[in-house]
Amino acid sequence: MSSSEIKKPSLLESDFGVGGLSTTMRPHALNDDLHTESMILNMGPTHPATHGTIRIVCELSGEDILDADVEVGYLHRGFEKMSENVTYNQVMPYTDRLNYVSPIINNVGWCLTIEKLMGIKVPKRTDYIRVLMSEISRVSDHLTCLGASAMELGAMTAMLYLMQGREALWDLIEEVTGARLTISYSRVGGLAADLTPGFEGRALIAFKKVRELVADCDRLLSRNRIFLDRMCDVAILTPEKAISFGLTGPMLRSTGVNYDVRKAFPYSSYEDFDFEVPLGTKGDNYDRFLVRFNEIEQSLLICEQALKNMPEGPINVDDPRVVLPPKEEVYNSIDGMIMHFELVFKGLQPAIGDIYFPVEGGNGELGFYVVSDGSGKPYRAHVRAPSFIHMGSMREMLVGQKISDLIPTFGMVNMIGGECDR
Amino acid sequence: MSVEEVTTNIPDWCEKLKKELSGKIIAQNLSAFNPEFRINASDLIEVVELLKDQSDYSFNMLLNVTVVDFMDQDFFPRLTSDRFDVVYHFLSIKHSRRLVLKVSASESKPAVPTLTGSYLSANFMEREAWDMFGVEFTGHPDLRRILMYEEFIGHPLRKDYPIQGKQPRVPLRYPEVENTARFMHRPELIQISKKAS
Repeated sequence: MSSSEIKKPSLLESDFGVGGLSTTMRPHALNDDLHTESMILNMGPTHPATHGTIRIVCELSGEDILDADVEVGYLHRGFEKMSENVTYNQVMPYTDRLNYVSPIINNVGWCLTIEKLMGIKVPKRTDYIRVLMSEISRVSDHLTCLGASAMELGAMTAMLYLMQGREALWDLIEEVTGARLTISYSRVGGLAADLTPGFEGRALIAFKKVRELVADCDRLLSRNRIFLDRMCDVAILTPEKAISFGLTGPMLRSTGVNYDVRKAFPYSSYEDFDFEVPLGTKGDNYDRFLVRFNEIEQSLLICEQALKNMPEGPINVDDPRVVLPPKEEVYNSIDGMIMHFELVFKGLQPAIGDIYFPVEGGNGELGFYVVSDGSGKPYRAHVRAPSFIHMGSMREMLVGQKISDLIPTFGMVNMIGGECDR
Repeated sequence: MSVEEVTTNIPDWCEKLKKELSGKIIAQNLSAFNPEFRINASDLIEVVELLKDQSDYSFNMLLNVTVVDFMDQDFFPRLTSDRFDVVYHFLSIKHSRRLVLKVSASESKPAVPTLTGSYLSANFMEREAWDMFGVEFTGHPDLRRILMYEEFIGHPLRKDYPIQGKQPRVPLRYPEVENTARFMHRPELIQISKKAS
C-alpha cells in the first residue's frame, strides 16, 4: 500500500461529533494553490484568561477570527427547576448564586417580583435600604469587571487597586448582612436586617476610598496608550444591532441608546433619586469601559442621597400573610402561633397569576417571570439573565477581529457564569 | 401602586392595538402590569412584524422568550387545552412600554414559528426554550441544545421530568481528534490499523 493511498485522518477533516461545532462552521480551504486551510482553535471551558466557564471555538485565518461558536451552559445548576420545588422565600439563597458579584440586586429583584404579584407595598425605608445596598453592589460589580478586564490586558496594578475598593464595599455589605458573597439579604415584604448604628459614617469613608482608587485607576487606564490600542474600535456594535440582540445595561448604553430600567420603569423609589445615565457614542470596548467607569460615580451619588434622605420607620411590611410575626406573639398568642406555622410550612401564597418584573442588574435588565398557581411554591420561575442574552451577541462582535481582541471583548461583556448558565 | 390602581386604567395604545389585531386575539389582559395578548401560533410572525415596524408601537426589542408547561393543570384561565404556553416579552425603548404575547403549543407536536427573522436575540433564547422544554421553533437556523449537553435525553424543565433524575455519564466526546493527533506523528500505526480492519 503506497503512502498516497493512505487517507490521513486530518484533524481538520475529522468529524467533531455531536455537541461540537455548529453546522455552519467547518474549516475550509482559504487558498487552493497554496493548500492553506483555516485553523480551528478551541478556547475554554477552563481558559486562564476568561473568567468564567465558557467555550469559544474560533475558526482562524492567521490571527483573524473568521467565525466563532460560543458554547455556554457549563455552570448550569437548574435554578428554575429548583425554584419550582421550594417556597418563595427559600428561592432567596439560589438568587444569590445567579450574579454572585452583585447578589443583592438579584435578591431585590426576586422580592419585588413576588411583592408585585401579591400587591404589597413595602415601607419607604425598605425601598431606600434596598436602593442603597443595590447600588453598593452595582459599584462592586463594575469594579470587579473593570479590574479583571484590566488584569487580562496586563494591568495588574489597576486590578489590585480596584479590588481594594471592592473590599471596602464588601466590608459594608458584611456589616449589614453578615455575609460577603452569598448574603440572602432581602425578604419578600421587607429585609433580613436593618442598617447597623453608625453605618452612614463608615459608608461615607468607604465611598471616599473607592473614589480615590477609581481616580487612580482612571489615571492608570483611561489615557494609557497600550490600553487604548487594545480597547478602541474593537468589537463595535451599532445601536440597531444592539437593540436587536436584546442587549441591555452598559452594553446597550455604550452604543448610545438611552435605556435604563431605573429611569424608564422606576421601581423601589428610584424616582426619588437624582442621577445621570452615562451613554457611549461608538459602541466599542472602550465605550463599554467608560460607561461602567462613569456609572460607578453615579451609583455612589445615589448611595449618598439614600444615606442622607433615609426615612425612619419599620423595615418590614405589616402583613401577616408575608412576614413572620414577632417572637413574643408566636409564643404568647394562638394567632401568632398559627401565622408562624402557616408561613414556615406552607410559605406565602400569592394569588393565581403570572408576572414579569425587571430590575437594573449590574449587567443589564434582570427580569424574573413567575407563574403562581396559588400554592406556596412558584409553579414556574424564569430568569431573564442579561449575561446569557449578551453572549448571543459575542459571535457578531468577534467575527472580523483579531484573536487577541477576544479577551478584552469577553471581559467587557462581563459574563458571570452563575447568571449566564443559571 | 396597588393592584386596584392598575386595573382602572387601560392605556390608549392598548385599545388601539386591540382594534388593529381584532380577529387574531384569542384572549387579552390589558389591565395587567404588562399588557398581554394571547394569539394563534400561525398569526405570530404577522403580529410581531406589525408590533416591530409600526412607529406607534415600535416594539424593537425581544426581551425574553420562555415556555410554561401546564401539563394537566387548569388553575390558569388559558382558553386552550394545549400543554405548553410560549411567552414572549417585548420592549419598546422609544415609548417605554412592555407587551406580552402568549402562544400555545400542543403536547403531540409542540412547534411555533421562530422569530429569528425579526430579532437576533431570538437565536439564543429559542435555543434555550427548545433545550428546556422541547418546543420546536420551526425555521430556526441552528436549533441545538444550549445549556444541557447534546447527549442529554429529555427536556429537564418539563413537569414530568423527575427532580432528581439521573442520566448516564457521557463517554469521551472526541476520540477521533485524540487519535488523529497521535496518528499524525506515527503514520505506521495507521497502516497497522488498516490491515487489522
